[in-house]
Amino acid sequence: MSEIENVIRTLLTQEFKVEEGGIKPDATFEQLGLDSLDVVSFAMALEDRLQIEIPEKELDGVETYADALALLERKVGARA
Amino acid sequence: MSAPGRVVVTGIGPVTPVGIGVDAFWESLIQGRSGVGKLEGFDTSGLSSRIAAQVHDFRVEEHLEPAVARRMERFAQLAVAAAQLAVADASLDLETSNRARIGCVVGTGIGGVAAFEAQVKVFAERGPSRVSPHLVALMIPNMAAGQVAMRLGITGPNECTVTACAASGHAIARAVDFLRAGRADVVLAGGAEAAVTPLTVAGFCATRALSTRNDDPEGASRPFDAGRDGFVIGEGATMLVLEREDHARARGARIYAEVAGYGLSADAHHETAPHPEGAGGAQAMRAALEDAALAPETVDYINAHGTSTSLGDIAETLAIRSEFGSHADRLAVSSTKSVTGHLLGAAGATEAAATVLALARGILPPTINLTDPDPACDLDYVPLIARKANVRVALTNSFGFGGQNASIVLVAHDG
Repeated sequence: MSEIENVIRTLLTQEFKVEEGGIKPDATFEQLGLDSLDVVSFAMALEDRLQIEIPEKELDGVETYADALALLERKVGARA
Repeated sequence: MSAPGRVVVTGIGPVTPVGIGVDAFWESLIQGRSGVGKLEGFDTSGLSSRIAAQVHDFRVEEHLEPAVARRMERFAQLAVAAAQLAVADASLDLETSNRARIGCVVGTGIGGVAAFEAQVKVFAERGPSRVSPHLVALMIPNMAAGQVAMRLGITGPNECTVTACAASGHAIARAVDFLRAGRADVVLAGGAEAAVTPLTVAGFCATRALSTRNDDPEGASRPFDAGRDGFVIGEGATMLVLEREDHARARGARIYAEVAGYGLSADAHHETAPHPEGAGGAQAMRAALEDAALAPETVDYINAHGTSTSLGDIAETLAIRSEFGSHADRLAVSSTKSVTGHLLGAAGATEAAATVLALARGILPPTINLTDPDPACDLDYVPLIARKANVRVALTNSFGFGGQNASIVLVAHDG
């Protein structure tokens, strides 16, 4: 598991109380129990933990766990 | 006899510093087991009052799944847990009930203040863009009632009363209105508070309203005693299942007591101090008895607001004397805040629960720590130990900062 993936999983399970077993690549935020406000809060927490910025418009179209992972890998890659 | 306008209590859900659930709560009250201890959870150095009545036994995971609990501030968690306990105690089967006819009113003095305090810090240190998108939903006082509805799927009238320490007295009054007017068959009514937080305690300390008997937590809440020096801040929630009597009878419910009436008033005097002669309190009690069509002489017991403040206890004593005249010497009065501490917005419902149980079980809970009565407090306060008594009619008083008063009349029920 990549470091980014580890950060996301930890955040989902610890802060958002998502069950580990439910975290699959094609799981939508809704299926994970995150509503639109949770997604904003999730993005803010990731900004802090990964030292990146996620402008709100970049969250458009980010609907699944895999979408989020791809976005973050791109962001962290750009940072490096 | 079952009149359609009558309102009865069929379920009680206490989540308090002295017990969770009816039996634990009642046992502590009649044994006089104090819920006050050293204030835990944050650094209290610098605070003049370092004691509190906290609900240490509350384990949220026993009541709510973690993914549900995380969406609620503690006051809402306590309210939902209390509502679930009350519904279970009432044997109310929500699956077969018409949930559109079940309402909910939850009072709170302060609401989700822990989230507010935390996010003020974020705002000050990191700026507005880092403020949580959940802040508003966590802190607004009406969210406890909203969360109860979401959890139980009850879609009847849903409201919040915010009248400081009278909030859940007003919640019961509002519920009675809904039931009498036929707007609901059942209303879950009560209060919730979880404001034992650094800023809130500091604010109450600044008003000089809190006891500073820090070396004797269990002796700190001593209503009507000459040695009293303020109230002890507490937290908790109590919800009651209130129901139209005909509805309760139709489903074969056990009936604890009848809510025969209520009275509301304003002191119109001062922000935090009571009217010196207790005029507002007396007016609320009078209005409550008129609403219940009962004479003052019928009252056997009053569960006092009795916070253990110097001014408040004297004003309430004077209020009882002015409303009841010579009968004041024949009725019993007690303050269960001596045991529970002051649950602020949850106090009224918690004390209504204590009063309902006193009627149903024929025992008056005592005023503990009352070893040296203030000469200005000269009623029968059921000092120190519980007393067996055949009580038929009782009042429970709730008076809030802002001078807002509620008094509820509860009557023993034969069914």
